[in-house]
Amino acid sequence: MSQDTVACDKPLPALDGLSGQFYGWCRQGELRFQRCTGCGAFRHVPREMCPHCNSMEWEWARSSGRGTVYTWTVVERALHPAFVNATPIAPVVVEMEEGVRLLSTLVDCAPADLAIGMPVEVVFEAVTPEVTLPRFRRAAR
Amino acid sequence: MELKDKACIVGIGETRYCRKPGSGMSEEALQLAASRAALEDAGLKGRDIDGILAFPNVGKCEALAANLGSENLRFAAIIHMGGATPVASLRLAAMAIATGQANHVLIPGGWNGYSGARVRQTVSTDKHSLPGGGIAWDYYLPHGLTAPPQWYALMARRHMHEYGTTHAQFGAVAVAMRRHAQLNPGAVMCGKPLTIGEYLASPMLADPYRVNDCCLETDGGTAVIVTSPERARDLGKPPVYIMGAAAGQPYPADEITNRRDFHRTGLTIAAPEAFRMAGVTPADADFAQIYDCFTFEVIQQLEEAGFCRRGEGGSFVENGAIELGGRLPVNTHGGLLSEAHSLGIGHIVEAVKQLRGAAGARQVEGARIGVVTGWGDFGDGSIAILRR
Ligand SMILES: [Zn+2]
Repeated sequence: MSQDTVACDKPLPALDGLSGQFYGWCRQGELRFQRCTGCGAFRHVPREMCPHCNSMEWEWARSSGRGTVYTWTVVERALHPAFVNATPIAPVVVEMEEGVRLLSTLVDCAPADLAIGMPVEVVFEAVTPEVTLPRFRRAAR
Repeated sequence: MELKDKACIVGIGETRYCRKPGSGMSEEALQLAASRAALEDAGLKGRDIDGILAFPNVGKCEALAANLGSENLRFAAIIHMGGATPVASLRLAAMAIATGQANHVLIPGGWNGYSGARVRQTVSTDKHSLPGGGIAWDYYLPHGLTAPPQWYALMARRHMHEYGTTHAQFGAVAVAMRRHAQLNPGAVMCGKPLTIGEYLASPMLADPYRVNDCCLETDGGTAVIVTSPERARDLGKPPVYIMGAAAGQPYPADEITNRRDFHRTGLTIAAPEAFRMAGVTPADADFAQIYDCFTFEVIQQLEEAGFCRRGEGGSFVENGAIELGGRLPVNTHGGLLSEAHSLGIGHIVEAVKQLRGAAGARQVEGARIGVVTGWGDFGDGSIAILRR
């Protein structure tokens, strides 16, 4: 996994609204997901309403940070100019212990070693002074 | 009210499909040229068109009507389902015609997918062209997941894990489409055959997708015209009836990663409805034109449409079963993989050619019933069951 130096050119999330709050917690080194205070269901990506009970009341609940790889790809040929020198990139879908899934990348796993079911845990990478992305490393089960 | 047999396709039109050096035409001009060809095919004039269902991002109903002389436009809409739009538009056209909202509905498309802005660029530079809009922008792009083959690779990999689907089975789809293109002089890949060995040796783009798993990027325009069976009787071409049509959305439609059932797409919802409406089963189809943005999406749609059970799509496509002469010929024109990326309208056009018995060297003998699907955005689905 390349830790290249063109991060400033890479696309960054908008830091407004709920997305800004999600990434704000990441910047403080915490992975948090919305949890409905009506029925207790976790959700990701952030949304205004709980799709289970339609409550609009929720809180940012801290994740254990642990999960497993649900699926993955390896981008060998980038289709976005900012990633051309960063390949191979291996986007993974991580299924968290809370039940939600999120897209990320692993910091310490060669693409050839990727496997569905692999236990991982969150780490944080400040890609700019404003933006910290949640990434993952291999974990002991 | 049932839609079965309440509307039919009476006109089809295409421009030349090409890559280098490009069409040399604007996207609007491509859509108009294809529309004019469809009008001529149907024996209609531009002023007869009173309904237009344009393609999202590239088509404008108002401008098309102004060019065509459609003075009595009274039904105009754009369905935002990406590549699932044209077949979903077939259903909407049938609804409009069955309820008297329009007499002749034009479904046009056309773009410079080769010489203009590439999808890979627009989806990673324009938040509003992304399915899900800000979601992909905020949660996928920062991690390097920027373009359709990468989104769908996540689905393909999970399917391989759960069901043992193989690279060679993806390759069987690519090879079948390419074989069909050899029988289609209008196909961009006509004259460029592909063996399974060449497929397996082609470079990886987004594992498990190789370059040859991906659709072409081409320039060209395509259009179809829908009207009522009564009006069709006065027109020149044998009508192709819409027996059943439906569309559906995955859940959630705007976000790929959190689907409880990762393989449930829009087609999962749409297909049973369309077959019920048509009163036939997948086994009754003489051919299927399956939206083939990538090879695995053909396998997945064959499963979700009910041609085989989920998990059996990989073995379903092996041993020439989806080639002409096989159990279910799929994409007899070569599809998006080997004819051209005609935004999915080409799949409808090819179904009409087959049901008219006008498909030339690639004719499915005695074809009476055919299925067409669309796939778009993060798995939106549409399906039409057509008969002659
Ligand atoms: Zn709730």
